[in-house]
Amino acid sequence: MDLITPGSGLIFWQLFGFLGLLFILIKFAWKPMLAALDERESSIENALKAAETARNEMANLKAENEKLLAEARLERDTILKKAHDASAKMIEEAKAEAVKTGAQMIENAKAVIETEKKAALADVKTQVATLTLEVTEKLLRKNLSEDKAQKELVDEFIKDLKLN
Amino acid sequence: MTRKLLVLSLLLLAFMSTFSTATFAAGSEEDKTSFIMHHVKDSHEWHFATFGHTHVTLPLPVIIYSGDRGLEFFSSSDFQNHETHAFGEEFAHEGYYIDEHDHLGRVDGASFIDLSITKNVVMMFLVMILLASLALSAANHYKKNGAVAPKGAAALIEPIVIFVRDEIAKNSIGPKYKKFVPYLITLFLFIWFGNLLGLLPGAANMTGNIAVTMVLAVLTFIITNVNGNKDYWKHVFATPGVPIPMLLIIVPVEIIGLFTKPFALMVRLFVAITAGHIVILGFIALAFIFESYSIGIASTLMVTFINIIELLVATIQAYVFTLFSAMYIGGAVAEHAHDDHH
Repeated sequence: MDLITPGSGLIFWQLFGFLGLLFILIKFAWKPMLAALDERESSIENALKAAETARNEMANLKAENEKLLAEARLERDTILKKAHDASAKMIEEAKAEAVKTGAQMIENAKAVIETEKKAALADVKTQVATLTLEVTEKLLRKNLSEDKAQKELVDEFIKDLKLN
Repeated sequence: MTRKLLVLSLLLLAFMSTFSTATFAAGSEEDKTSFIMHHVKDSHEWHFATFGHTHVTLPLPVIIYSGDRGLEFFSSSDFQNHETHAFGEEFAHEGYYIDEHDHLGRVDGASFIDLSITKNVVMMFLVMILLASLALSAANHYKKNGAVAPKGAAALIEPIVIFVRDEIAKNSIGPKYKKFVPYLITLFLFIWFGNLLGLLPGAANMTGNIAVTMVLAVLTFIITNVNGNKDYWKHVFATPGVPIPMLLIIVPVEIIGLFTKPFALMVRLFVAITAGHIVILGFIALAFIFESYSIGIASTLMVTFINIIELLVATIQAYVFTLFSAMYIGGAVAEHAHDDHH
């Protein structure tokens, strides 16, 4: 068998053997394999896409959460401020009320004191008048014997009056 | 460990040298190198080794078809001397003989077709069985488990399938690549396995046989031209942008070009693989020619080195054959956007 002359037997077997191999492998090996590869590649691609979508959704969700959180924080601050203001106002009002009440009470007390004072003065005046009447009565009863003594007596009584 | 191996290989080498001297030194200079061509060529029997006068061979079926006698089956051992295992015209059997150059002949000179299962045919069947079992068990993995990560044979075959599909078919053929991927994968794996198994000691030089490479090249040629589109044929018979008188020269060149492409495929693989085998065997033959230990050691080192290169060549040649097939197919199916673009 020569080196560069193709042998008829080898050509025959190679041709039909290779065609048979080609047929069997295409039908039972390469087609299912290539189909499986395509399927796997597309499933990987889909999984990657799904992961990307999920990531985007997560990011959106997070942004939304943060927005909600910021809003809530703002609201809380507003509520706190309002409460603070309200309490301050209430304290202020209470203080004003207290001051007013105190003033009223003082006023009332003053009025009472004035009334009491007036009543006391009136009482004193009545007493003085009574005493004067008594003194006058005693003087008149002594018959007014001595002028000088009378005068002294009157002075004494007056002195007593002033002291009261 | 390394030293042990070295000592062992040296001992083995010494043993082989003395032993080979016994078998080869007796012959002439020509006998010492004739085994090279004997190995590289096809044969009707598979000869593994010779121990003294004992030949370790595998007799192979000889199948002959002739117009007058129909289909006939013999064994290659029918046509040889049982002592020396030599073929020759003097050992004719039922009107046929195998001569000293392993040619089948007919005593009465009438015509016949030799369809024998030769050494390379057996080698080819071995490659096909290995390839088919690997590919089918890989495919079985996907059938059983669906589109999951590869395992076992699938893990071995899948990267090659993806490589051929993406790097060779998709890049060279273009958008219509899908149809040709199965052929290209089969081609790549068949050539690659054939090249690698051919490097084993005692194996046949199957992918380095011109009949094998011719059939593969012809298949690529047929696939290319059957799938050739309008643009492709227009390019051949009415090359665009060329003045009509020039077509007289261009068209024959283009037609020859159709055939030179598969011819180049055929010759490239044949030469690359055969040359590799001849170089390796040549270095081995040096030890027998010079009958010297030092040359034996040196040539063994060289053989190891060239074997490693041959592993590379086996892969590169399988890749190149597949790539060029894909490029020729790509050229035939491509849609040309501009007529003046080649």
